[in-house]
Amino acid sequence: MKREFLSGNRAVAEAALLSGLRFYAGYPITPASDLMEYLAERLPKVGGIAVQFEDEIASINAAIGASWTGAKAMTATSGPGFSLMAEGISLAVATETPLVVVDIMRAGPSTGIPTKTTQSDVYQARWLAHGDYILPVFAPWSAQDSYDLTIKAFNMSEKLRTPVILLSDAVIAHMWETLYVKEPGEVEIVSRKKPVEPPEEYKPYKPGEDLVPPMAVFGEGYKVIVESLVHDEAGYYRQDTRTYREMVARLREKIMRNIGVVYEHEEYWVEDARVILVSYGSTARMAYPVAKSLLSRGLRVGLLRLKTLWPLDEGKLSSALSKADKIIVVENNTGRIYYDIARIAGRDRARFSPILTVDPPGFNEVLEAVSKWL
Amino acid sequence: MAVAKKVIHPLDKYLRSDRLPHIWCPGCGIGIALAAMLRGIDRRIREGKLDRNKLVFVTGIGCSARVSFYVDFDSAHTLHGRAIPFAAGVKLANPSLEVIVVGGDGDIAGIGGNHLLHAARRNMDLFVVMITNFVYAMTGGQLAPTTPLRVYTTTTPYGNPEPPLNVIKLVASLNANYVARASVTTPHYIESFTYKALGMKGFRFLEVVSTCPEVYGRHIGLRNPVAMLEELKKRVIYKAHPVVDESDIDWDKGIVIGEYVVRNNPSYLDLIKRG
Repeated sequence: MKREFLSGNRAVAEAALLSGLRFYAGYPITPASDLMEYLAERLPKVGGIAVQFEDEIASINAAIGASWTGAKAMTATSGPGFSLMAEGISLAVATETPLVVVDIMRAGPSTGIPTKTTQSDVYQARWLAHGDYILPVFAPWSAQDSYDLTIKAFNMSEKLRTPVILLSDAVIAHMWETLYVKEPGEVEIVSRKKPVEPPEEYKPYKPGEDLVPPMAVFGEGYKVIVESLVHDEAGYYRQDTRTYREMVARLREKIMRNIGVVYEHEEYWVEDARVILVSYGSTARMAYPVAKSLLSRGLRVGLLRLKTLWPLDEGKLSSALSKADKIIVVENNTGRIYYDIARIAGRDRARFSPILTVDPPGFNEVLEAVSKWL
Repeated sequence: MAVAKKVIHPLDKYLRSDRLPHIWCPGCGIGIALAAMLRGIDRRIREGKLDRNKLVFVTGIGCSARVSFYVDFDSAHTLHGRAIPFAAGVKLANPSLEVIVVGGDGDIAGIGGNHLLHAARRNMDLFVVMITNFVYAMTGGQLAPTTPLRVYTTTTPYGNPEPPLNVIKLVASLNANYVARASVTTPHYIESFTYKALGMKGFRFLEVVSTCPEVYGRHIGLRNPVAMLEELKKRVIYKAHPVVDESDIDWDKGIVIGEYVVRNNPSYLDLIKRG
């Protein structure tokens, strides 16, 4: 372990390299471009490759193709490019392709304000693509967290054979901070499970006990089938309800069964709190000093900082929030996580403090937004 | 007494025969194209120049894309229009693989047109086979970028007002190492062009002019499979050294097939010193 001084985006890149990233495909977009620029320099030195494709659609599809050769693959973008990746994400879900997609949120809708932050892609991260699916979404609040959650994103994508979204934002991505980076061997790096049976007996989508199919890749003699259509265990297209149900239910269940490791939040002074602030990403960075300040004034205020945005561990959240009189959701949008918290904690206790700003939210701004509910 | 013996087709070894019968309509040219391609592949494999375990078929969506269902190689049936970038990711991440993309004209040159032109510009190490049937057949007969002017389609009920795209001309104008056209009426050229392309590096493009009596034939009054094949056969002109200026597909003047471009420019992998 050693101390480094890195931006959030560079922390993501370094963590991706430690996780075994060997293929990066991307298209320039603010505020994600510097992540690719950094990897374009670093990846060839470790035998990997970074390619700038003609658009984000090509980028995500190339990353999926690369993953099917066994390479750990990633792409990064921001709102408009993320929208273009929608169909690719659904392909990765259906084909159970390990892949990390980084969305550095900026202001939207449309081209919005490229250089400024918001937290407006929270639902896009969850449900960007068509079809019935879930996938893990992690939201870092610092360079250190960008580093740690990127390692987690790779590990979860490999363990569960799923695309994983790292949902950063322009403030976190471009903020330079001190962090601890790991040496190889200091942190567990997960790689996808390989089949043990010979090619003649292998079925590409036949799950193990953990509901995740072992993954043979191209060039190993397994005659792998990557199938975008609804498919059975052999990878054969089927148009019947039974196959559809089995596939869709398993794709969901393989993640939900691991909710204990997928889902994470951090608690600050929550134990005795009468009021709990729920926040994440760059907004949580200011919710933290606000909670601390209110606490020092004798108010029993705590902070619950979400690290995993989707799927939420409703049981764990519900019990963490159970003792508080009020739960105030602080997020930089017109209401995303709030609706889930209101459902989980109950509408009578849930309050919403939207921070609609394109600049890093200020202390007084957050304090004022929260104070109206105190 | 003669003992009934199960007849095995010589190409069966390259097919997932448990998935047959295939979905293609009677008279469809895709099966002819696939069989001819497999013969070209077979020659390379038998020569020891190609390892069947290192060959990957990548397809998008459409009738031609269904090829990936039936070939007994590593195969990917991906998204509409996105076979080329998927395949590029495969090739760049593992240059030891030979990657073949098969798709229809709508898949490769319509929705996937931007990827096609950039892959050709990069001289990306892929072999792309575009099977042209002049129509969106799987979805029921809508306009394709290759549909000739004035032809009826279900989305141009008053006739197609748009000039068609000549994909040979497009790809030849870029940096592709190999640009050829064959027809399902000349399967031996599909075979030999496939064979040749698999011995080359960089971006290799083969257009196969095909028959679709069920959908396109219905639009142009050639609903009979034999009649459509005969009519196409009459119009196909093979040239040993065709020039790009004669590559426009014109039903009245004829359809020139042959090898339009054969060159040895540095491929993408050469340029990035990989593989």
